[in-house]
Amino acid sequence: MADQARVGVVERAVPLTDANTRMIDLRKRPRIGESLIQFTLLLCGVISIFTTLGIVVVLGHESLLFFAHPDVTLVEFVTKTVWQPAIEEFGILPLVNATLMTSLIAMLVAVPLGLGAAIYLAEYASERARSILKPLLEILAGVPTVVYGYFALTFVTPLLRNIFGKDVVQIYNVAAAGIVVGILIMPLIATMSEDALSSVPSALRQASFGLGATKFETAIQVVFPAALSGVIAASIVGMSRAIGETMVVALAAGASPNFTANPFEPAETMTGHIARISGGDLSYGSIDYDSIFAIGLVLFFITLALNIMSRWIVNHFREVYD
Amino acid sequence: MSTDTAPRSRGHLPEGEELHHNVSSRQRMGKIWQSVLLACTILGILVLGLLLFNVINDAFGGVAVQSVISDEEVFANRDPASMSQAELIAILEERLRERVLRNLDRDQPLLERSNEDLIEIINLEIIKPEIVAVYPLNEYLFNRAAITASLAEEHPRAELSFKSWLSSDFITDPMSSRPEMAGVRTAVMGTLWLLFITVLIAFPLGIGAALYLEEYATDKLFDERTALGRRLNAVLHRGSSIIQTNIYNLSGVPSIIYGMLGLAIFVRALESFTSGSFLGGTADGTANGRTIMAAGMTMALLVLPVVIISSQEAIRAVSNSLRQASYGLGATRWQTIWKVVLPNAMPGILTGTILAISRAIGETAPLIVVGASTFIVTDPSGPFSKFTVLPIQIYNWTSRPQVEFRAIAAAAIIVLLVMLLSMNALAIFLRNYLRSKRVS
Repeated sequence: MADQARVGVVERAVPLTDANTRMIDLRKRPRIGESLIQFTLLLCGVISIFTTLGIVVVLGHESLLFFAHPDVTLVEFVTKTVWQPAIEEFGILPLVNATLMTSLIAMLVAVPLGLGAAIYLAEYASERARSILKPLLEILAGVPTVVYGYFALTFVTPLLRNIFGKDVVQIYNVAAAGIVVGILIMPLIATMSEDALSSVPSALRQASFGLGATKFETAIQVVFPAALSGVIAASIVGMSRAIGETMVVALAAGASPNFTANPFEPAETMTGHIARISGGDLSYGSIDYDSIFAIGLVLFFITLALNIMSRWIVNHFREVYD
Repeated sequence: MSTDTAPRSRGHLPEGEELHHNVSSRQRMGKIWQSVLLACTILGILVLGLLLFNVINDAFGGVAVQSVISDEEVFANRDPASMSQAELIAILEERLRERVLRNLDRDQPLLERSNEDLIEIINLEIIKPEIVAVYPLNEYLFNRAAITASLAEEHPRAELSFKSWLSSDFITDPMSSRPEMAGVRTAVMGTLWLLFITVLIAFPLGIGAALYLEEYATDKLFDERTALGRRLNAVLHRGSSIIQTNIYNLSGVPSIIYGMLGLAIFVRALESFTSGSFLGGTADGTANGRTIMAAGMTMALLVLPVVIISSQEAIRAVSNSLRQASYGLGATRWQTIWKVVLPNAMPGILTGTILAISRAIGETAPLIVVGASTFIVTDPSGPFSKFTVLPIQIYNWTSRPQVEFRAIAAAAIIVLLVMLLSMNALAIFLRNYLRSKRVS
């Protein structure tokens, strides 16, 4: 501003010559402070990249050390059905099997319940009912997982033992852990699916009502298929949460890597094993220490693949309505 | 028209009586399914109720206490508070063996001890009250007859009384190996310290990254008129979209993986920093990197993606006309962000951040891996001391088979839930306060 004012005065007072006029520089002035700030903010963002790199490098490096042990081979790691670090048997299948079993039971609980709640909230519930029910579901999602672990061990397990008999259901069992993990991820699936269902344009619903469909028929045959990609993505994210869930399985699923298909028997999952081994006295560089990183690497890639898959499904199969 | 003769083909449309029947049965189906869907929602909330009931049921209830000898007998039916020091010592000398007395005397001469101290010794060494049975609240309230019957049979001298495991002593006492003496002070202090470090790291980093991604990421920093400038701009743009995708992916990584990252980097590789030994001998030195600092850095990385995503949403919600108005007045980029965008986005950022960080209070798995201690009795003295937190205590107590530990785990859960609820209430209060301030 000061520059322009002075230029104006100069123009009137003296004739224009090369010596006393100054070109007004309209280009953006470089501001060192602003650039520094921008660079600092960029660094904040780059930390997330470093985090990912850190995870991959740490898990990869320790896993390499693990596979460099003379007693360990990659083939045995992925094919053997015994995980007994004490006698140097490292077959990851029992842990993977237990993880898949808990996650499967969790999905059997969470998908029907979560989807039912989502359809109810998106299609049926009045504004008033929604404003009460949704925060309650969010509270359910905010309860710390260790509390769910306590719930599994002190409520669900005794309940199962009363229903199926104390001989059938053991104190630590996969079923109780799976059911509680299902309850834990149900609010996640419900809220994500509800978002997908709510974003289906109401013109579709009106058209369906106009053709004489009932509310339920509209919800199931029109709105649900239109939101299917979002619902599937929600389920996959829920699955990835279930696989990575630690505290519930560490408390309720038992502490023995057990290759079994019986949900009423104890079986240790990948996450439960990592938590138990690292909770004890762990000496750095021992084969136990390295082995949990190998398990962690498998866990990381499974959950990463599921998360990427869910985003890919949303991006590629979403029905876009104008 | 008769419906009997109509062909039952694919294009068949019901009419008349059949239409009525069809419509009403479809309506009925709709009603049935509506109640099924409602039941799904209610079931979820029912579980929340069951969970709370279960915790309260275990945290309060009855205990049967049996002592070796009744206190009326020891104090000869007198009030111990009114007895003189000499009388108390006389009781000790009468009831205790010579060797035990000598040991006590060596710790601190009996004559120098206060009356309260002596009464406590009498309690611990002579009366020895011991919990022989624990009953949850519902049994204590509604099944009293059966309890007293079984007690009379198994522990005839035991006295049944109501006990709230959650008490002011429970909150102010340090950890102990005896459940009736244990408290959560160390754990609450650890949780608060951890929270402080996590906020200190995650809050500025999260807002910074969110600001970059929302305000600067679409910038064309280099000259668009040259080929090189266009190339560099494209690289920069691609970089920010990679950061964005990466943040989404990080938010889906299981928390225990962050724990392993923390163990390898903050606990082991940066041990000289996280153990505080770079400060000289100020830290206790025994923690070997398994300190509040290492745990706080791990937790900060864990909550960072969620903080970034929620801050981005808040920043995106600031109306663009506000930015344009600020530029129009001649403000620079940063002035606009600092004076216009941030104040307007702050309510949203704070709510999102507090909710994200309140999740961190309840996180257990990464802290187990990073190496929180399960048993320490001293309060954390700074960011470089060993620590324990509430969820770790709950985990530790829950995994023990004795019922007394279950009961104190339930009491600790109540403390944890109260902390969480107050964080959430703070978030709601802050949002409302900042919103009301902005409008005026």
